[in-house]
Amino acid sequence: MSEWWTYRPEDFLLFSPRVYWRMFELHNASLWPLHVLTLGAGLIIVLLIARRSGIGARWIAFILAMLWIFVGWSFLWNRYATINWAAAYVAPAFAVEGVLLLVIGSLRDGLAFDRRGPADWTGYLILGFALAGQPLLAPLQARGWASSEVFGIAPDPTAMATLGVLLLARGKLLPVLLPIPVLWCLLSAMTLSTMGEPQAWPPYAALALAAAAWTWTIIRRRGSPPPA
Amino acid sequence: MRTTRRTFVQASLAATAAATLLPISLRAQQAPPARRPIPSTHEEIPIVGLGTWITFNVGDDPVLRDECAGVMAAFFEAGGRMIDSSPMYGSSQPVIGYGLQKLGRPSALFSAEKVWTSSGAAGPAQIEQSRRFWGVPKFDLVQVHNLLTWKAHLPMLFQMKAAGAVRYVGITTSEGRRHDLLEQIMRNEPIDFVQFSYNVVDREAEARLLPLASERGIAVIVNRPFRQGALTDRLKREPLPEWAREFGVSSWAQLILKFILAHPAVTVAIPATTRVDHVRENLSAAAGPMPDPAMRERIAAHVKAL
Repeated sequence: MSEWWTYRPEDFLLFSPRVYWRMFELHNASLWPLHVLTLGAGLIIVLLIARRSGIGARWIAFILAMLWIFVGWSFLWNRYATINWAAAYVAPAFAVEGVLLLVIGSLRDGLAFDRRGPADWTGYLILGFALAGQPLLAPLQARGWASSEVFGIAPDPTAMATLGVLLLARGKLLPVLLPIPVLWCLLSAMTLSTMGEPQAWPPYAALALAAAAWTWTIIRRRGSPPPA
Repeated sequence: MRTTRRTFVQASLAATAAATLLPISLRAQQAPPARRPIPSTHEEIPIVGLGTWITFNVGDDPVLRDECAGVMAAFFEAGGRMIDSSPMYGSSQPVIGYGLQKLGRPSALFSAEKVWTSSGAAGPAQIEQSRRFWGVPKFDLVQVHNLLTWKAHLPMLFQMKAAGAVRYVGITTSEGRRHDLLEQIMRNEPIDFVQFSYNVVDREAEARLLPLASERGIAVIVNRPFRQGALTDRLKREPLPEWAREFGVSSWAQLILKFILAHPAVTVAIPATTRVDHVRENLSAAAGPMPDPAMRERIAAHVKAL
C-alpha cells in the first residue's frame, strides 16, 4: 500500500454502525435459542474452575475450543465476512485457537486450575462480565436485546471470557493460547472505536486488566523467595 | 428470509416514507438533472451519480438490501444513471445486483466498476466476478482502483475496450493521494475517465488535475463530495446563507454539491447515501442555475469561515 501513512482507521471501515449491529440481530435470530446452551456452557466453565478438579480443566478447554471454532465459522466466516472481507482471513485464526485449546487442554498439566493466584479476581471479573455484562450493553445503549453479544455466539464475549479463563489458569503453554484472544480484542475494540461506539471500552478494558494482572503476577513471583 | 415482491415493496415504501410525504405532483415536477458529455465519445451523462462506498455494504440483510434497492429506484426515477462501486466495497456489488434485478434492470444504468487487486493476472477474473454480481452483460466503465497495479491493469483494460468488453477505461484515487502519479498517467495514457476527491474544502485538484482533464479530454468523476458525510454533518449546525437560495438550493448538501458541479471540468459527482430523500435532493442539485466562478469562491470562503 503506497503512502500508508496517509491512511486513517476510518479508511478501513467498510460498513456503518447500523449495518454492524443489524448483523448481530440477524445472527442472534438465526441461532436462537442456542444462546441458552452457550451461556450454560459458560456457567459450567465457572463452576469447573471453582471446583479446581483436574478433569475439569480438560472440559473447560474442550468447551472453549468448540465455541471458538463455532464462532469463527458461524459468525466470522458466514456472517461478518459478508460486510468485511478481512473477516474471512481472521476466521481461520479462531479455528487455530480452537485447535490449540484442544491440544493443550488434552496434555497432562497443559492447563490447570488447581492453584489460586493474585490474578484470580481479575480473571473472574472479566469472565463474569463476558457472560453476564456484555449481553446487557445492547439494551443499555437502546439497541434492544436483539443485537446483544452473547458468549459462544459472538466473538467479543467469547474472546474476553477466554482471557478471563486464561488468567485463572496455569500451565507452561499458556502463552501460546494468549495471542489470538488478545489480538481479536484489540481488533474489535479498534473497529468499534473507529465507528464511534462506546462499546469499544469492554475489550480495551479486558486487555488492560489482563495485562495489569499478569504484570502483577510476574512481579510477585520474581519478588518471592526461592523455595528452600 | 426469502424476500418476495410484496415484502420488497413494503420495505421500499418504509424506506421512502419521508420522501413520499411529498405530493406526487411535486416530485414529478422535479427538473431532470443536467448532463455533460464524456469527452472521448460526446455521450452525455447526468452530472450526479450514485456512490456505494459503505452505504451499500449491507451484507445479506434483507431489510437493508431492500432499502438500497429503494435508493436505486429513487435515483433512476429522478433521472440518475451512473452507479459506481468496487470489489473493495464489501457486499456493495451483490447488493447493486439485487437492486437492479428488483428494478427490472433499468436501461438508464451507466455501470462504473473498478479492478482492485495487486495481481495483474487476477484482474480479468475479478472483473468477471464483479460483472456477475451486477448481473450486467458488460460494464460501461472499469477503473483501476486507487492506482493499484495500474501498470498491469491499464493495458488489460485497453484490450478489453478494444474487444468491446467494456466501453470506457479509467483510473481512480481518493483523498488527495498520489496526485503526481495520477497526473503522469493522465498525460501519458489514453484513459476516458479519472476519479478523485474534490469538494469545497479539498480543492487541491483545481490546481492541476481538473485543468489537465479539460486539456486532455478526460471525463472527471468526483468522489467524496461531502467528505463521507463529515462535511454535511459539520455544516448542518450552521444556517444556510440567504444568498444561496438564488440557486434554488434548500440544504447545505445541495449548495456544496453545486459548488463541485459548477466546475466546468467536472463530469459527474457521485455522492453516496442510504436515504431516498437524500438521493432526490442530490439529483435536484444537478438541475437549475449553477454558481459562477465568483460565487463559487464566495461559497468556499463562507464554508471555510464557519
